[in-house]
Amino acid sequence: MSLLAFFGWLGDTPWSVDLHESQYAYAIIESIHVWAMAFFFGLVVMFDLRLLGVIMRKVPVSEVLERLLPLTIAGFVIMVITGSLLFYAIPLRSFQNIFFRSKMILLLLAGLNVWLFHSRVYPRVIGRDVDGVPPRAARVAGALSLVLWIGIVVSGRMIAYNWFDCDRQPQTAFINFVTSCFPEAGQ
Amino acid sequence: MSLLEFFQWCYATPIGETIRNSTWLFPVIEAIHLLGLALTIGSVLLVELRLLGVGLSRQPVAQLSASAEPLLILGLTISFLTGIPLFMSESIKAYYSFAFWIKMTSLFLVLLFTFTLRRRLTRTDLTAERPKLGRWMAVVSLSLWFGVAWGGRWIGFS
Repeated sequence: MSLLAFFGWLGDTPWSVDLHESQYAYAIIESIHVWAMAFFFGLVVMFDLRLLGVIMRKVPVSEVLERLLPLTIAGFVIMVITGSLLFYAIPLRSFQNIFFRSKMILLLLAGLNVWLFHSRVYPRVIGRDVDGVPPRAARVAGALSLVLWIGIVVSGRMIAYNWFDCDRQPQTAFINFVTSCFPEAGQ
Repeated sequence: MSLLEFFQWCYATPIGETIRNSTWLFPVIEAIHLLGLALTIGSVLLVELRLLGVGLSRQPVAQLSASAEPLLILGLTISFLTGIPLFMSESIKAYYSFAFWIKMTSLFLVLLFTFTLRRRLTRTDLTAERPKLGRWMAVVSLSLWFGVAWGGRWIGFS
């Protein structure tokens, strides 16, 4: 079964249809998703600005990380749960949506940045209890995180718009390629 | 001029009309508005989490508040600069939207609270002696901000 067929099938399951057609459930989940985003991204911005040495220079990076990370993860979990439900409500259309795809790619890159930061930059470069402006590698990680998350939030907001959707032909061959859209096949 | 007439005037302005006639302008301004919201909430959380006893609880409230305030002002500035043109493009819809009025009421109350009571209490370290007061302040502030965010999101559904 191709991914297109799978997401088509998923969208026809009763719970997906219920969620999609619900009067309030979808909007409530979307609201929680936005709240969690503001909570998560707000804390990420604070941490990134600390890494860049813009704010709280007197507070050690390790303290900011240890105290804010659990809350940031909690926000992320809520975002993933609500985001998955939003995807489940409209799977095929989301899967083919160009902004959903750019969001997922940016999310992967942001995840890679987090992994590199925690495995290499944080233990080796920053060490424990260093205050002031962190070294270059940490500042780069902070700047990358800010740029990637801004891209993720903007992409996420744009998923709502159907400018490049498969059911809105004609699109350029490039758009149809990157959205896995085969208009002649009636996809 | 009644409130409705004022909203109609906003709707008819060249700014409102330009945004309505453009495919991209509204979504782009809206995305920046969302980033402004996240910055605002982030800088509020830095202090509010501390008041709730989580987050950076080893740091003095006054110091955190001093770090967060420029970011709060920046977040609010971005939100206002993007929010006003968004409003102008759909002010008549906003007038009849329950969510819009929830948002504006919460926003008015939270700004009033933030720049009067909250500012005075976080500048002095009064909450260190009265942690209960600090917790209440954080709950009031975060509830109102959630109202702002919820109302804002819901305008789009109504």
